[in-house]
Amino acid sequence: MAEISKVRPGENMRLIEALQYRLPLAGMVSILHRASGMLMFFLLPFIVWLFDTSVTSEISYDRFAGAFTAGIGFVPGVIVKLVVLALIWAYLHHAIAGLRHLWMDATHAVTKEFGRQSAVVTLVLSLALTALLGAKLFGLY
Amino acid sequence: MAVNYGSKRVVVGAHYGFRDWLSQRVTAALMALFTLILLAQVLLPGPMGYDKWAGIFAQQWMKVFTFVVILSLAYHAWVGMRDVWMDYIKPVGLRLLAQVVTIAWLVGCTGWAVQVLWRL
Repeated sequence: MAEISKVRPGENMRLIEALQYRLPLAGMVSILHRASGMLMFFLLPFIVWLFDTSVTSEISYDRFAGAFTAGIGFVPGVIVKLVVLALIWAYLHHAIAGLRHLWMDATHAVTKEFGRQSAVVTLVLSLALTALLGAKLFGLY
Repeated sequence: MAVNYGSKRVVVGAHYGFRDWLSQRVTAALMALFTLILLAQVLLPGPMGYDKWAGIFAQQWMKVFTFVVILSLAYHAWVGMRDVWMDYIKPVGLRLLAQVVTIAWLVGCTGWAVQVLWRL
């Protein structure tokens, strides 16, 4: 088999150059899939804390509910809500982008056009559901 | 493909293949199914509060399912984060450190979540 060239295109791209690179929508979904996964990974202890306080006892449940109003320690409730909103978006984007992958694997849908259209669906659906749940979180309805 | 055995072997990496691809999808499908089943129970009639919420996880079958999903999540996150570190961290020592910290982070969170689940 042929040896892979030692220097690949983009090998020495700096972050600032990468940020100026205009991504197609499918590329946007891809990098956000990665970013949302990392966000959930880093906030995993907070997620387990939410699970712990919400199910352990009625007293801890009050603490869980209070986190969204009174806050946690020195962190005000509105910040807790914003972090949870970010987690809601991350979960929705990651899940929908993941289902897009599963769909592509199962149906061999690999055309450029399907890639673009499904990317649009992923972005619109995840943002719309985030707005819907976010409105509920912030008590708009 | 470059030589990947003997003295030229890449010492940190994925297993270059099917196993990770498949496990990433199987664990994802399990978590998607869990989401739907949890959502269905949340949307059942009755006011949302401690009793309803904790009651969902108190059922034995839900405990077993949640346990499986916690382990799936940990493995899924491990494969994903390892891919991220392999893409962005080039020095081998630093990459190994990131991978070790990732494993500790995930095992710790998993233990905590399982403890919460099984004492219900």
